[in-house]
Amino acid sequence: MPDAAPLWATVILPVALAVAAVITAGLDAVVSGVAERGHAGSVGEAGRRAMAPLREALRLLVQQPRRTTAADRLLERLGVVLVPVAAVLAGAVLPWGFRSVSDPSVGVVWFNTMEALAWAAVWLAGWGPNSALSLIGGYRFLAQGLAYELPHMFAITTAALGAESLRVGDVVAAQDGLWFVVWMPVAFVVYLLSALAMAFWGPFEYPLARDAAGGAAVELTGVDRLVLLGGRWMLLVVTAGFSVPLFLGGGHGPLLPGWAWTLLKTAAVLALLVAGRRLLPTLRMERYTELAWMVLVPLTLLQALVVAIVVLNR
Amino acid sequence: MLDDVIFWVLALLAVASGVMVFRFDSMARATYALLTSLLCVGGEVLLLGLDYLGVVIVLMMTIEMAIMAVFMVMYMMNPAGLMPMTMVHNKKGAAVICAAVFAALAAGILLAPWLSRRGRPSADPTMDLGLSLMGPQMLTMMTLGLALFATIVATVVLATRRGRYDRFGDDLKARTADDPVRGGMGR
Repeated sequence: MPDAAPLWATVILPVALAVAAVITAGLDAVVSGVAERGHAGSVGEAGRRAMAPLREALRLLVQQPRRTTAADRLLERLGVVLVPVAAVLAGAVLPWGFRSVSDPSVGVVWFNTMEALAWAAVWLAGWGPNSALSLIGGYRFLAQGLAYELPHMFAITTAALGAESLRVGDVVAAQDGLWFVVWMPVAFVVYLLSALAMAFWGPFEYPLARDAAGGAAVELTGVDRLVLLGGRWMLLVVTAGFSVPLFLGGGHGPLLPGWAWTLLKTAAVLALLVAGRRLLPTLRMERYTELAWMVLVPLTLLQALVVAIVVLNR
Repeated sequence: MLDDVIFWVLALLAVASGVMVFRFDSMARATYALLTSLLCVGGEVLLLGLDYLGVVIVLMMTIEMAIMAVFMVMYMMNPAGLMPMTMVHNKKGAAVICAAVFAALAAGILLAPWLSRRGRPSADPTMDLGLSLMGPQMLTMMTLGLALFATIVATVVLATRRGRYDRFGDDLKARTADDPVRGGMGR
């Protein structure tokens, strides 16, 4: 059973998430660099490419802010700030090994709630600046939420069903012998898809896509932009990291201690997502919505039914 | 003591943001003021020890308010919620009705003979609340749920401009649907 983490973990959590976000962004910059500009050639060049996100962050910190007329600054700021805040709050139930900052009896629902908060936040960030393309981006994310949220909820419900508990610690404990990914493969794949969609990243970057000149983030400059885009990487790290306690056995594993296994598994999932990004184009939401509602919802319901029958016969 | 402070802070915030819903002239601000109010209510429910209900209120209300933003585009004479508008119509009447309802509810709270606690609080208040609300009426609740869901589906079917005859032809024999925007299933 998981124990309560010490108080300093609360302070460490946002820092750890930010560091993980920078590393993931660096890895993505290297992988994109290979696709766009060819192989790095030397370690130094690869390192320079990996540092690109940090350089960009520094540039944004000193960038001259740009204003739009009749913008709703309050709502815009609120939306921008809520993205990393939701990521950190969701991370509070993320077990590091077998300990998390907080392990409430409804941890799985808490996690989902924080994601929903980020969903509402991006619309605010897109609506606030009073700009057409940014508004389109914000509404695109609402449509995206309608597509991914239902299959996603069924997927995480399936994991909770398998453990017969909404407490994340119990879900991890239930995977002592057999990881959930083995007998809930559909839920796992759907979870990974919706993790990308929730972080509006990779194939699901439609709300911030290039065809809308950057969508919801088009008018954001300086620190605002840094907070939203950085928050997006943190959201990606948290959602990818949550697949470890839900489906990949959390800290369970031979030889190594729990925290090392969590780290390894999270890194593996993130690497898979970053590498897999190159394989898929940006998805238009009217297409993904139909796929989600016609294929993914029935599939996840069937998966939940199978798990429910197994649990009832246990 | 700390619980009292949290209760009052959340309660005042809930009422204040509830008032602001009717003061703002922007639909987006009104929507999110309402969300703030409902999130505070979720916090109060958490304070009662009903963890699941509290978190679910926060989850459902967030999603609900975001979907309300979609409805602003779909159904309102206010494209994308960009134009200034007020949430109040029939101002005087609305104010009187609101004040009367608030007074009635507050009087009910103050005048009701509240029970004092006997025994110990249960280990799982959510479970007990669910049982006492729905336990003997599970059949009614299930029927109600189905009826509500059927209503939602029926409303959407009635509201949609393009039915199956538009999509698959008069004899419904077309192999692929004639849609203005193609979906992702290759149809």
